[in-house]
Amino acid sequence: MNDNRTIALVAGVLALLTAATVVGQFLKRHPDRGLDPAAVRTFNDRLRGWWILCTVLAAAFWLGTTATVVLFGLVSFWALREFITLTPTRKGDHRALFWVFFLFTPLHYVLVGMNRYDVFSVFLPVYATLFVLARVAFAGDYKRFLERTAKIQAGLVVCVYCLSFAPALLQLPIDATAAAGHSGNFRLLFFLILLVQFADCMQYVWSRMLGQHLVAPAVSSSRTWEGLLGSATSTALLAAALWWAAPPFQLWQATIAGLVVALMGFAGGMTMSAIKRDRGVKDYGTLVVGHGGVLDRIDSMCFAAPVFYHITLLVTGAKPG
Amino acid sequence: MSATAVEDARMLSPADIPELQPPATRPASSRSAFCRAAGLSLAALARLLSGASVRWIASQPDTCQRVYFANHTSHLDALVVWSSLPQAIREVTRPVAAKDYWSRGFVRRWLAEEVFDAILIDRTDIKVHQSPVDMMLREAGSSHSLIVFPEGGRSVTGEVGEFKSGLYYLAKKRPDIELIPVHIDNLNRVLPRGEFLPVPLLSCISFGPPLWLERGEAKLDFLARARRAVLALKE
Repeated sequence: MNDNRTIALVAGVLALLTAATVVGQFLKRHPDRGLDPAAVRTFNDRLRGWWILCTVLAAAFWLGTTATVVLFGLVSFWALREFITLTPTRKGDHRALFWVFFLFTPLHYVLVGMNRYDVFSVFLPVYATLFVLARVAFAGDYKRFLERTAKIQAGLVVCVYCLSFAPALLQLPIDATAAAGHSGNFRLLFFLILLVQFADCMQYVWSRMLGQHLVAPAVSSSRTWEGLLGSATSTALLAAALWWAAPPFQLWQATIAGLVVALMGFAGGMTMSAIKRDRGVKDYGTLVVGHGGVLDRIDSMCFAAPVFYHITLLVTGAKPG
Repeated sequence: MSATAVEDARMLSPADIPELQPPATRPASSRSAFCRAAGLSLAALARLLSGASVRWIASQPDTCQRVYFANHTSHLDALVVWSSLPQAIREVTRPVAAKDYWSRGFVRRWLAEEVFDAILIDRTDIKVHQSPVDMMLREAGSSHSLIVFPEGGRSVTGEVGEFKSGLYYLAKKRPDIELIPVHIDNLNRVLPRGEFLPVPLLSCISFGPPLWLERGEAKLDFLARARRAVLALKE
């Protein structure tokens, strides 16, 4: 992984994080600057999260494709835990859930790790669905049958299936000369993560600064049309500025990818808000006290990853698997 | 154990205040290294599988003699509450469990006797001269804490049932012991009644502030107050 573009990307990220940390610490030491101390604290907390995220990713990338797939698998597992904990299930779902957690989720990630696109692209949406439907029926409890099976299915698709397209990027042959697991693939994955996170921040910033028109007040009291447009524009600009880091893309393709990632991320946030509102919780972190709320962090990623994956397929004309 | 059976047993029991005897079993520190390691790894596994977050609400962990009383929804309850306690407290804390379940089969018996140092209560055959409460107190001696489930069995619906009177007699005979309410949330979905394979959802164990039997407090009032203390931790 020691080519110039990777070095430039890593150096850039380190420089940005370090600069932001210096600023954050400065603001913390000088509370008389007229800035809201709560906002400074939020900023520093966010920054700590970024450091942790970058460290974990760097470690996984350094260890290689398998380690990265395993890391995403663990994140999926934890997110699914939160999703199902939040969703009321009945006793008749218990055995189906056991297999969902201990067979389907790990096996799906094994297939992703084995680069079997032909199998993993249908494994959860088709075979896990059929299994869950049949297993719940066999358990003999027909009360609200469709509702219950749909909940398990939605959890599997969002938390496991969609998220797994992020590590699957590592195995796309993005360059005819490069083997899978090429450093360009890691840059592509980092590009996606960066865009998703950036779009989240920008959505918040634009909504705060210019937000007037809420998209759906009953679902989210903070997501506005201004936030959506602002986030899409800023993310597209960032993608354009960083297009050199994402190997298969030309400038305009990277820009469109940035735009789409921002829109999908926003959609993911809205969807999770709707689910949380229905269950009467603010975020998945408060659902069970003391847990960080993994699902809160990855909701936009879950929606953006598959679309980004297929855009890459389209652009490169690569055949997966 | 039904409420009346315990009451009858208590009325016929010769002494109202049992003298403090040293614990009948050997102290926890003399358990073999293997059993201690098994206990540690099981505690870690239980925490991992039940995703239990632990809260102490207006309450602090302490090695003083206590009775932890919790709602009962799953076979995992005793194990998870036990493993939620800090190591030093775990050493002096013994779960009270049903003999009919925990003495069946080699593994369960070994776990109950050697690893958790559990006090096994025979629910089916309560002897007149050997009431469960007296037995618990004798086993607890002057240093051990207990984990009890005053509903006397696992709840089917997930609601907290009425408490049996054992807790009242514990409090009456040993007014010096702190009674700590514990609320177990969501563990019934991790391992519901009648299932043997767990689903790794997230659960929450909340420890509340200690309570004692008030002077002259009637049995039913006390039991209702204790039950409310558990329910209050649900929030």
